[in-house]
Amino acid sequence: MTERKRRRGTRLSVGESRVSMVALGLAAWVVGALWIFPFAWTVLTSFKTEQDASAQTLHQGLSFGRYNDVSQSTQGTLSLGTAFTNSLIVVLVSTTIVMLLALPAAYALAIRPVPKWRDVLFFFISTKFLPVVASIFPIYVYASKWNLIGTRTILIVLYIAINLPLAVWMTRSFFSEVPRELIEAAEIDGTSLFNQLRSVIMPIAAPGIAATALLCVIFAWNEYFYAIQLNFAGASTMPQWVIGNVSTRGNFLAKLSAASMIACLPVILAGWAAQKRMIRGLSMGALK
Amino acid sequence: MLPALVFAVLVTQLPFLVSIYYSFTNLKDRTQSIIPEPTRFVGIDNYKAIFSDQFFRQAMWTSVQMTVYSVVLSLVFGTLFALLLDRKFFGQGIVRTLLITPFLLMPVVAALIWKQQMFSSIFGILDKVLNFFGLSSVAFISDHPLASIVTVLVWQWTPFMMLIMLAGLQSQPSDILEAAGVDGATPLGIFRQLTLPHLRRYLELGALLGSIYIVQAFDAIDVMTGGGPGSTNVPYYVYQESLGGGFRYGAASAYAIVVVIFSIIIATFSLRVLSGLLKDEDRA
Repeated sequence: MTERKRRRGTRLSVGESRVSMVALGLAAWVVGALWIFPFAWTVLTSFKTEQDASAQTLHQGLSFGRYNDVSQSTQGTLSLGTAFTNSLIVVLVSTTIVMLLALPAAYALAIRPVPKWRDVLFFFISTKFLPVVASIFPIYVYASKWNLIGTRTILIVLYIAINLPLAVWMTRSFFSEVPRELIEAAEIDGTSLFNQLRSVIMPIAAPGIAATALLCVIFAWNEYFYAIQLNFAGASTMPQWVIGNVSTRGNFLAKLSAASMIACLPVILAGWAAQKRMIRGLSMGALK
Repeated sequence: MLPALVFAVLVTQLPFLVSIYYSFTNLKDRTQSIIPEPTRFVGIDNYKAIFSDQFFRQAMWTSVQMTVYSVVLSLVFGTLFALLLDRKFFGQGIVRTLLITPFLLMPVVAALIWKQQMFSSIFGILDKVLNFFGLSSVAFISDHPLASIVTVLVWQWTPFMMLIMLAGLQSQPSDILEAAGVDGATPLGIFRQLTLPHLRRYLELGALLGSIYIVQAFDAIDVMTGGGPGSTNVPYYVYQESLGGGFRYGAASAYAIVVVIFSIIIATFSLRVLSGLLKDEDRA
């Protein structure tokens, strides 16, 4: 694969003098700083004492104390360990199954188009238009009939359903980026389907597939509506744990900030690490 | 492909069909009503009731405003930020990282951050800033619930739009841009006549995905206002009527069916408006 020549970027101003370059770079920094501010402030608050946090001052120094506080479990409340384990299992299992279902579907849609593939694709996207509230009552009714309320299973099933359309849609476009000639050449050489996938298709589509899986992880990890509707019992996930830290009395701002940071950290780190890949993934195909 | 298709049908379409059936009944949660009524078929009564329900109309209007404002603003910001980022400058990667972060946060956490740290009249930074400039405090969330929620949604979705637009900018073939530059086209002309038309499909994609997710906004509303007047969108209203306390599953199902029709309309509409705008741009 040849690396595409990197462009010089969009030019906005006439002549693009050195001064305007610097000015636009600075503008980007200002925008970035503004956008991150609420988050950065919360990070700062999470290290403060409760007194400093509610007064928005900084007299008593910074420490990991609040992180320690929120990770201690109290009797009768949802503990961090439980919520984290639940979230981890639900997210990993659902994303794995989504990808296992989406890849063959995408293959059938892009590389060896089945008849009426456009209709099928449109059907997948259209399920996304269906607001979750439209199907929550039957799901609730049947989930309680089958004793699935408060289990990880029901969340896994539902998270597969919310992410599948996006995954099929995105992986299909990444697959259709694979040059037809390559696949035909591999076929003439008598390469088996599995080897074709492994040595021809996957290397080209991999960044896109990774971007897709990451988006599925983000949406599943952050999901809140189904989690509170169907999972008030033992299988609560991280968003519920964060909400559980909102106290109605006493100081809680620093503890809440610490809890928020713990809850968001895994996805933030994954997102930071994969940002370039995500942009490349989106530019490769999301539209074709 | 079949497994994926079967799964999608089972988990998304079947419940929807059951919802349609419920919407023609007076199904309620038996444990929640004092005198249990047997569930029976009520025809289109639920649908007729929708038209006389002013709260529902209000929720519809809130939904439209919330979605349109959020999608348009985050697309505009996202495009501007992408243009700023699509150039070499010191710390490009760091700035991109800063800008992306809000999208990675849990919606619940994003709403809490804004509610407690920014908007709050007790702890809020905005309040401190206003006081610093000698201005009086503003009760952001209670006086401007819609604007507050739109702020949070725009804060979270701008990075998503920015990613899509960056992808669009980077997929532009460089040789054409260079050729235009050699031919003496001004950068502004290049932007108007080459970049913008090229970005059109990316803008549409952003608008479509954005509206699909934002029209269903629930978390931010639940956390910030709990559905006060002016901030209850249709999904939240349906929730209030059913699992959130009303327990009128039959009636709420009818609302939900209307929501489905409504969100398809909104998504199609925002897409149309956008491509219409850009077509005008092409002709100019």
